[in-house]
Amino acid sequence: MQSQAEAKYDDPEVKHAQHSEFVSFTVASQAFCLKITQIREIRRWSPVTILPHAPADVLGVMNLRGAVIPIYDLSARFGLQQTEASERNVVIVVSVHGKPVGLLAESVSEIISINPDDIQDTPPVDSRNTMDYIQGIISHEDTMVRIINLDAVISVPEQVLS
Amino acid sequence: MAGSIQDTFFEECEELLEAMDEGLTAIEGGDHDSEVVNAVFRAVHSIKGGAGAFGLDELVAFAHKFETVFDEVRANRLGLDTKLIQLLLRSSDHLSDLVSVARDGGSTDEAHHDVLISALEEYIEEEEEELVFQPMGLGGAFEASPIEAEKERTYNIRFHPLKDMYGTGNEPYFLFQTLADLGTLEVQLDDSELPGFDSVDTDESYLTWKLTLTSTESKSAVEAVFEFVEGLCELSIESDSDAEDEANALAALDAAFGVMPEEGGDQVAAPFEPPVSAAEPVAEPAVAETAPAATKAAAPKAEAAKSGPNPTLRVDLERVDRLINAVGELIINHSMLAQQIANLDVADLRDVETELEGFKNLARDIQEGVMSIRAQPVKPLFQRMARIVREASAATGKTAKLVTEGEATEVDKTVIERLSDPLTHILRNAVDHGIEQPEDREAAGKGRAGEIRLTASHRSGSVCIEIKDDGAGVNRPRVKQIAIDKGLIPPNAELSDSEIDNLLFLPGFSTAKEISNLSGRGVGMDVVKNAVTALGGRINISSTPGKGSTFTIILPLTLAVMDGMVVSVADQTMVVPITSIVETMRGSDDMVNNLGADGTLLSIRGNFVPVCDVGAALGLETSGHDQPPGVYLLVETETGQRSALAVDDIHDQRQVVIKSLDGVCGNIPGVAAATILGDGKIAMILDPESILAASPSAAAFDTERRMNNAIAS
Repeated sequence: MQSQAEAKYDDPEVKHAQHSEFVSFTVASQAFCLKITQIREIRRWSPVTILPHAPADVLGVMNLRGAVIPIYDLSARFGLQQTEASERNVVIVVSVHGKPVGLLAESVSEIISINPDDIQDTPPVDSRNTMDYIQGIISHEDTMVRIINLDAVISVPEQVLS
Repeated sequence: MAGSIQDTFFEECEELLEAMDEGLTAIEGGDHDSEVVNAVFRAVHSIKGGAGAFGLDELVAFAHKFETVFDEVRANRLGLDTKLIQLLLRSSDHLSDLVSVARDGGSTDEAHHDVLISALEEYIEEEEEELVFQPMGLGGAFEASPIEAEKERTYNIRFHPLKDMYGTGNEPYFLFQTLADLGTLEVQLDDSELPGFDSVDTDESYLTWKLTLTSTESKSAVEAVFEFVEGLCELSIESDSDAEDEANALAALDAAFGVMPEEGGDQVAAPFEPPVSAAEPVAEPAVAETAPAATKAAAPKAEAAKSGPNPTLRVDLERVDRLINAVGELIINHSMLAQQIANLDVADLRDVETELEGFKNLARDIQEGVMSIRAQPVKPLFQRMARIVREASAATGKTAKLVTEGEATEVDKTVIERLSDPLTHILRNAVDHGIEQPEDREAAGKGRAGEIRLTASHRSGSVCIEIKDDGAGVNRPRVKQIAIDKGLIPPNAELSDSEIDNLLFLPGFSTAKEISNLSGRGVGMDVVKNAVTALGGRINISSTPGKGSTFTIILPLTLAVMDGMVVSVADQTMVVPITSIVETMRGSDDMVNNLGADGTLLSIRGNFVPVCDVGAALGLETSGHDQPPGVYLLVETETGQRSALAVDDIHDQRQVVIKSLDGVCGNIPGVAAATILGDGKIAMILDPESILAASPSAAAFDTERRMNNAIAS
């Protein structure tokens, strides 16, 4: 199988199939991305309802067509400065353990196609807070894009606050 | 979905146990009508049948004994005296225990089991040995009664499998083998339809068997053998004694309409078949099936009239909940739409508004309809309570009778489920502490048997459940003394009668002198109060010495919507449940008194009530922290403690759809749930209880002042 795949490597369709599409966005001026299949929708920021006693990175809850979903500030989650949320910002709705969760990002950039082979392991840096949430990095048009490990960012929703 | 058939069986069991309880209660009440007896018998028999199919041996064995005794009653060989009725009631309780054990695991009280078995055996005559019960398949509700005239009959059976029968993997050989077990069987193969070897279609069915069975079994037992191939074969069963049966049955029919019938409804059904099968030997089994069904419906008229043939639908609860959610959305959507239209810059909106009003009414109708799906009558719950009283009276040596009223009152399913524990507790208490010993009752000029009245009724948008006993009433001096001894109230406290009664709801209060088996396990009525409050309800007690006490539980009709007061706190819109609010008031400076550095007390008609700033308690930044919030909501907690919740403003009072926050963000202190308001924004529904618990001022508030100010309600 291995050799067969290699032999066909030049075939554009096969090559395409190996690529995954990612949505890249900026959080605190840094480029991050999530696999497109993890994202349910992207919405413009609108003021949320504050949850009492919530940690700084939980902004509150939002009404998503009748469902109450929690909104996280990715920037605060990554240990960067807290986002001053405004109309220009976006909420990326992802599904974690079957439950919708909103992530506040600065802005969405583009959809990029990534060959899994191009994903590099994160070199150890002195920023543990961010490191835990990153599962790899890629180079795209000379910028470094960090691939978010969604399961690490939102562990189990129920336990976030307790 | 492994074991889904078994689930169905247990669901059926629930219904059958209910029917059995109902019947037994009627019998206990003096209704010894044969239809009632038959109904109970059938219920037990069907449970046994289903249990047999699942190999639940213990259940089968017990149900069999139970059933046999009942059969004796049915045949008028046993008279229904009080002793027997008590035994039957206890047995039915045990049977439902066995069913629960079979479903959920665990074990029953062996000793109790054996006692009941031997007690039942005393009533059973010598013919007990045939314990070899053969499972007759699932839900065989109308199987033959086992006791039928023990005489040999010859059955002529013509059996022609359709090709579908082979397709479903049924094998005639096994059927014949089962038949052979019933008696002496002769099998004759009719292959006349078999075409020549060349033209044979290997998938077609050509063979017909003629079977002659000599057996003591009833016809329905023979039919039961073919139960699994129903509709897959052409079947006719004729019995040489059909004519005889017919005569019997006619007699039975007469009896059904006139005198006490000697035999059950099953037998009444039998006679209508032979003419059918005689006239049309190749009668489809379906025809044979409908005949008894029709007769059944006709014969036991009394039963039909009693229970009412309301067809019901078994629906997954989750589907109903989804529907309720969707309707909730619809209502929210309507108010959003209305708001948007109102904001439009259009000169004449009257037409639109009229239509919108119609839309609103429709939406409300749908909501009410959907809510009523979840609503269920309290009858099953009340029936379970009869058992509690029975057990409690047995354990205390007192005689108490439960009388229920308003069993048809419908309440949300969840409310019913969560009401079971508090009701159990109150009823046990009523028997244990309320009802006196028979001798004492006689001395007091009352009947030996105590009466506990359990009533459910609708009262202006809520459900009222009343538990009234005719016992001794609350022993107020003793209750007060205990409260003083336990340090719940100061020794010099002056309390009104109703205040003393309400002391029972204080945590850590238990009046039982010694810890009895029944109540007084250290948890008291406060648990009951908590459970009721958790359902958004209130509980009250009133008592007359020597006459008895009455507990009144007021509950909301549903848990999906709630009446709430929309308030604003620290620029956030929030909802406070109406049920917890006693009073609202706009504060003025002279009402607010400082106590210590941070404590604030609100003076209400001479009473001082601690103030809890909701914004601060929730950890929200209040914009103008210097000026005190303008509006106070006076709330009363489970312990009877009153506090004033300080909020910025009150906007509205309205029905809100409750959205659980479970799975969204876990448990937040001070917040019960969320709701979506007309503008699409989410608002937190507050839980005053936990706000106060979290607030330091409330915690520091001492018992004495609390007791002086509180409890009255």
